[in-house]
Amino acid sequence: MADFEIRDLKASVEGRQILKGVTLGINKGEVHAVMGPNGSGKSTLSHTLMGHPGYTVDGGEVTFKGKNVLELEPDERARLGMFLALQYPVVVPGISMTNFLRTALNAKRGYDGKDKSKQISPKEFRSMLKTELEVLHMDDSFLPRYINDGFSGGEKKRAEILQMAMLKPEIAILDETDSGLDIDSIKFVAEAVNRMRGPELGVLIITHYTRILEFIKPDFVHVLVDGKFVLDGGPEIADRLEKTGYSEWVKEEDSPKEVA
Amino acid sequence: MATAPKIDVGTDYKEKYGFFVPEEYIFKAKRGLNPEIVKEISWMKQEPEWMTKMRLRSLEIFRKKPMPTWGADLSVIDFENIFYYLKASDKQSKTWEELPPDIKATYDRLGVPEAERKFLAGVSAQYESEVVYHSLQEELTKKGVIFTDTDSALRDHPDLFKEYFGTVIPPADNKFSALNTAVWSGGSFIYVPKGVRVDIPLQAYFRINAENMGQFERTLIICDEGSFVHYIEGCTAPIYTTDSLHSAVVEIIVKKDARCRYTTIQNWSTNVFNLVTKRAVAYADATMEWVDGNLGSQITMKYPSVYLMEPGAKGDVLSVAFAGKGQHQDAGGKMIHVAPNTTSTITSKSISKGGGRTSYRGHIKMYPGANNSKSFVKCDALLLDDESRSDTYPYNDVDAENVTLGHEATVSKVSDEQLFYLMSRGITRNEAETMIVNGFIEPFTKELPLEYAVELNRLIQLEMEGSVG
Repeated sequence: MADFEIRDLKASVEGRQILKGVTLGINKGEVHAVMGPNGSGKSTLSHTLMGHPGYTVDGGEVTFKGKNVLELEPDERARLGMFLALQYPVVVPGISMTNFLRTALNAKRGYDGKDKSKQISPKEFRSMLKTELEVLHMDDSFLPRYINDGFSGGEKKRAEILQMAMLKPEIAILDETDSGLDIDSIKFVAEAVNRMRGPELGVLIITHYTRILEFIKPDFVHVLVDGKFVLDGGPEIADRLEKTGYSEWVKEEDSPKEVA
Repeated sequence: MATAPKIDVGTDYKEKYGFFVPEEYIFKAKRGLNPEIVKEISWMKQEPEWMTKMRLRSLEIFRKKPMPTWGADLSVIDFENIFYYLKASDKQSKTWEELPPDIKATYDRLGVPEAERKFLAGVSAQYESEVVYHSLQEELTKKGVIFTDTDSALRDHPDLFKEYFGTVIPPADNKFSALNTAVWSGGSFIYVPKGVRVDIPLQAYFRINAENMGQFERTLIICDEGSFVHYIEGCTAPIYTTDSLHSAVVEIIVKKDARCRYTTIQNWSTNVFNLVTKRAVAYADATMEWVDGNLGSQITMKYPSVYLMEPGAKGDVLSVAFAGKGQHQDAGGKMIHVAPNTTSTITSKSISKGGGRTSYRGHIKMYPGANNSKSFVKCDALLLDDESRSDTYPYNDVDAENVTLGHEATVSKVSDEQLFYLMSRGITRNEAETMIVNGFIEPFTKELPLEYAVELNRLIQLEMEGSVG
């Protein structure tokens, strides 16, 4: 059994079943890519895995560290070691990025406002931040800004990866992190993710296009069509999709090469 | 046989009896309201005759005026069952042990120091800040600034006092301003001379006297031309009182080119009816800013207002209200544009939780001649659950020409998307909700001195845990 095991996962949104039985095992150290055309269920997969209240699980199991992930609240999943970089990061006014990052980090470390020994020290926090900001080519002017408030598309996505770098998850799901990014931003994001790759991290990249996979080489590629995997294999699948698109499975589909 | 001779403590007392020994006079606190009690209050304070008369006249007005029929339900107030004047020694009769456990717990959670919490809880009439207070007083005296309690001001600065007292809010303004004028006690008096800027915020806290925490406090602030002062009233820690009615009056005069900021954090215990009249007049190019936070009380009705009397005057109200279970915060602001080229803004943020109710009630009036004036009102309400309620009652009266009047109102709930986002980073639901609420009121919090801002955020955290009130 893989470190992170998805078995026959079925999920629906507003009464309509979108995921129709997805099975996937991710081991730490591996990078998996899930590719699929619009409406294939990619976002449903990422949101269901993280426990978004708008998605209903109809069946199947997700196990991680011996726990049934589907029974946990999103914050419990995060503290267990899961992370989701959102396609559309949410604006939360009035809370600075610094405050957000510190609160999240402290939550991850099990600090509940009482046991101060679990709290990250200001010095440690600053030095962690400094390192990760440099990797992502960000300056600290964005830290006092409110969460995602007035961020450009590229800034939002980089901020997601910054959170990932700070929280150090064991299973990271990147939901269309490449969409809406210019080539420089993709490179910075990819560089940051590649830096985190290693035996302690399993990654699930969800993408429509192959472009990000040129920078973050996947070990496995899965093609999702109409809520099910229609093809599993190695990185060669991405190359194949690069040429033919999703035309094998769906009609009138745009080419995966196209830049969003 | 022996009915005690009735002492007429009214006019000409000194002349009639020729002596005055308040130390020997045993003032028995009595419930209820009548001319005798009002006269006794005035006599106890050794006030000049004009004040005694003004109090008595105000009592008449109070009796004649009907209760407001709008706003919160006030029918449960029993005016005959209230102590209208208590000596400080009577107020201290409570002991720490008698305090409700939730108030004590809140002090613990907020980390309020011992001396301070006794003061807040009414166990001690004195807050041990004399050292701070004295050095501050020296500093102020050098600049010619008067900062004292209102009773002392009437005694020590009679002319200045008489010139301004009751000019901004006359007794007949409303039922509760009449009541206050009849039985007022305590409050702050501030006079800032021409061109003087007071750099550090003046806080009622600093004063030795506990009178400022009274039920019917009366505050009068005069900012002379080109001066600046920031006054802070109240505090974030809950103030426990067994008195059920708090009805204060605050009058402020901001002269040409002067600026005054008045910050309030009201956190009365949830048995209190908080009915306050606050008004300022602003003259040419003067600025008046009300920063007003209401967290406690059972019912609050409070609409700080600014009368913009001369060209260039500016008025701001920035308010936050938090209503939990059983609470109704009816708050807002009033801007009265009398002169041309005057500007005003009202920003109101309210949070309702656990069936609590908030109302925004605002009035923008632009008189004929207040041409080229601008006003902008923004009210945002955040509902934390389905049982809570929020209403908006904006009244606009425009008789001037070429004016700009904007109104924006939003009602929102804590969004699932925001909650999910914060929770997906490992933050618990409760902490995430608290963050969202604190973020919502951040435009208010950032206007507070740091220590108040920090305390307010912690207090919201406690409210969100449901461990308070």
